[in-house]
Amino acid sequence: MSTISIRRYASENGALAGLLLLAVVIAVMQPAFLNAQNLLNVGVQAAVIAIMAFGMTFVVVAGGIDLSVGSIAALAAMVGALTAGPLGLVVGALCGLVNGALVSYGKLPPFIATLAMLSVARGLTLVFSEGQPHETDAVVTFLGSNLTPSLPLPLLLMLAFFGITGLILTRTNLGRRMYAIGGNEEAAKLSGIDVRKQKLWIYALSGLFAAAAGLVLAGRLGSAGPQAAVGYELDAIAAVVIGGASLSGGVGRATGTLVGALVLAVLRNGLNLLQVPPFWQQVVIGAVIALAALLDSLRRR
Amino acid sequence: MKTLITARGITKQFGTTKALDGVDLDINAGEVHVLLGENGAGKSTLVKVLAGIHSPDAGTIEGNASLAVIHQELALVPELSVAENLFLNRLPRKFGFVDRAEMRRRAPELLDRVGLDVDPNAKVKDLGIAQQQMIEIARALDKNAGVLILDEPTAVLTDTETDRLLQIMAQLRKNGVGLVFITHHLDEIQRIADRITVLRDGRSVGVLGPRATTQHMIELMVGRSIEEQYPRARQRPGEPLLRLSNFTRRGVFRDINIEVHAGEVVGIAGLVGAGRTEVARAAFGVDDYDYGTVEVDGKPLRRNDVQAAIKAGLGLVPEDRKGQGLVLTATVGQNLELVTLANRDQKRLHDIAGKLRIKGRVEQPVKELSGGNQQKVVIGKWLLADPKVLILDEPTRGVDVGAKVEIYELINRMTAQGRAVLLVSSDLPEVIGMSDRVVVMAHGRVAGELPKGATQDQVMALAVQEISA
Ligand SMILES: Nc1ncnc2c1ncn2[C@@H]1O[C@H](COP(=O)(O)OP(=O)(O)OP(=O)(O)O)[C@@H](O)[C@H]1O
Ligand SMILES: [Mg+2]
Repeated sequence: MSTISIRRYASENGALAGLLLLAVVIAVMQPAFLNAQNLLNVGVQAAVIAIMAFGMTFVVVAGGIDLSVGSIAALAAMVGALTAGPLGLVVGALCGLVNGALVSYGKLPPFIATLAMLSVARGLTLVFSEGQPHETDAVVTFLGSNLTPSLPLPLLLMLAFFGITGLILTRTNLGRRMYAIGGNEEAAKLSGIDVRKQKLWIYALSGLFAAAAGLVLAGRLGSAGPQAAVGYELDAIAAVVIGGASLSGGVGRATGTLVGALVLAVLRNGLNLLQVPPFWQQVVIGAVIALAALLDSLRRR
Repeated sequence: MKTLITARGITKQFGTTKALDGVDLDINAGEVHVLLGENGAGKSTLVKVLAGIHSPDAGTIEGNASLAVIHQELALVPELSVAENLFLNRLPRKFGFVDRAEMRRRAPELLDRVGLDVDPNAKVKDLGIAQQQMIEIARALDKNAGVLILDEPTAVLTDTETDRLLQIMAQLRKNGVGLVFITHHLDEIQRIADRITVLRDGRSVGVLGPRATTQHMIELMVGRSIEEQYPRARQRPGEPLLRLSNFTRRGVFRDINIEVHAGEVVGIAGLVGAGRTEVARAAFGVDDYDYGTVEVDGKPLRRNDVQAAIKAGLGLVPEDRKGQGLVLTATVGQNLELVTLANRDQKRLHDIAGKLRIKGRVEQPVKELSGGNQQKVVIGKWLLADPKVLILDEPTRGVDVGAKVEIYELINRMTAQGRAVLLVSSDLPEVIGMSDRVVVMAHGRVAGELPKGATQDQVMALAVQEISA
């Protein structure tokens, strides 16, 4: 392999190299990390953030941001627990549609529109739940269960959503348009792309994915809590960015986001295994996010 | 003669492309040194190496003259005012804060020097692209550098502004400044050059003197001669495909009546600010208008609706490729298929890239292409969509002489197939040579129409005409 193709390979898989390095370091310091059960755990822990982050990838590639995914996840899970799972998905997609409408037709900056939704969806969760956690029904609980002891369904769902995301981004017109809109909205418009309508779908997808993540989380825990998934939007954004997407739009891939979510999960798991105090864990995670973004920007020069 | 900068054996490779391969260049005091070459020959890369933006893989640069560079792509801050852009990164200060009074005092002087009549407090994003270019020039002049490098500054300028710029350059030359000038307009080269270095595929293939003929320049540069610079093959006009009637946008353009028939190329000439781009954008549905109608193939078009326009068979190659034409983060292929998303056809993509002689791979990010090659991508995108009427707004901006002819041939092919073209261009020989009729606009109105074979003087006479509103 020539140096050029090595460099290209590294630049496309920088996050993957980081993930492997991280895993090696943790495994050396704490061999229990490689225990099969633990690795499965890591996968399950990654699943919720990953599914959310896949939805976020659409929005980020299209040059936006969605701060409401954590709240939408909680709302969808609560609706799912109080009524039925599928209704949770519908509610999530609707919240996303509202985000999309505010951004495209209301011309609000995505940051503001989704910040508002973050508050509204969380508030509705509290209202519907009356502040209490609610048990999930069999269907939702099934989403979080293990098919066999060594085959947790969340892991499979994560992979399924990964596949769907990859397909949407690379094989559909909607996906191609996301890159165009995020790369240069004006050029996209002048090429006949109905930017506003596309944004509606993009945010709806993000809402739908967030709802799915919320249901998986609730299924895992066996209950939907009013304070579930608080702050998850930040992990989702971090996963997307670690995965090499650009917050200025036009760049991002499903593989990158998957790796980004795995980096966060491995890191959390490793820090626990190494018995790093929780307060310090936050410091380390923040530092790793900054480091990942730094490496990425160095690589692009 | 004093040599200010000596570059020897400059080599620069990007991935597998050798952009520069052992190029020598001397910049002498009091001399205009022209860099000439096809799109992708390596001119801008050489400029960037001289400016220290790229470090060369091999070669040396000697000399300690101060350098001011006007790069090919505009580098202004759209949200800031004209004055702020002029003094960017050396804003006059008082007590640690920006001294606005001082800025307002000095800005008009600078603008005056380049003959630009704009409000220093206007935001740059509200200006046309030619005016933005003049601001870049004014900013570079203010540095009073020993060496001034201009990378295709005239591509976006009209003749009047170009004349002004060439005068300024002649003055600087007299004052002992060393100038490097890049342009694809051979007539400008004949007017100002003291020396011409011709680049081909990253190599210097010859140095010509000031009296070089255009034939000689072209042959050195493209390796063959060009028979006919404007090979317009006229068709018998058919049905009207585009009709603008009483088309009016208050304060911008008024009572525009233009018909373009099948098989026809209609040119729109005029000075910057005459409203040509605005008419094109409104017709295509990008901007709204107040009165009048747009009809495509006999059917009225919904206003302010780009999708409807495209569906009806209209296309627009916009004047600002970076701002409006290209998705820079995407690849050449992705840009080419932007309009035709639904029917993706790899063969046609490669076909059109070949026909336009785009120097670059289909999978390559479009931002890695040279400026002229990027322009070809924007045109290719619309050729793929095969519209009934294609509006071209400054289509050959930054395109080399050889590639221009390729684009003209593609225009001929469109009209031979019964399509129509509306050609907005500030390049007078082009708009005269390629149009079957030329509509001249002045102050937002149609000042007159000229048949094929009109002279530049006739066009200019109409363009500068004062129209009472
Ligand atoms: N950053 C980059 N990455 C990869 N390739 C590049 C990069 N910059 C330039 N190139 C390639 O180097 C070659 C020379 O480009 P350059 O911009 O110097 O051409 P140019 O002579 O200025 O052309 P034009 O007349 O179109 O402006 C081209 O093939 C271009 O695609
Ligand atoms: Mg160039």
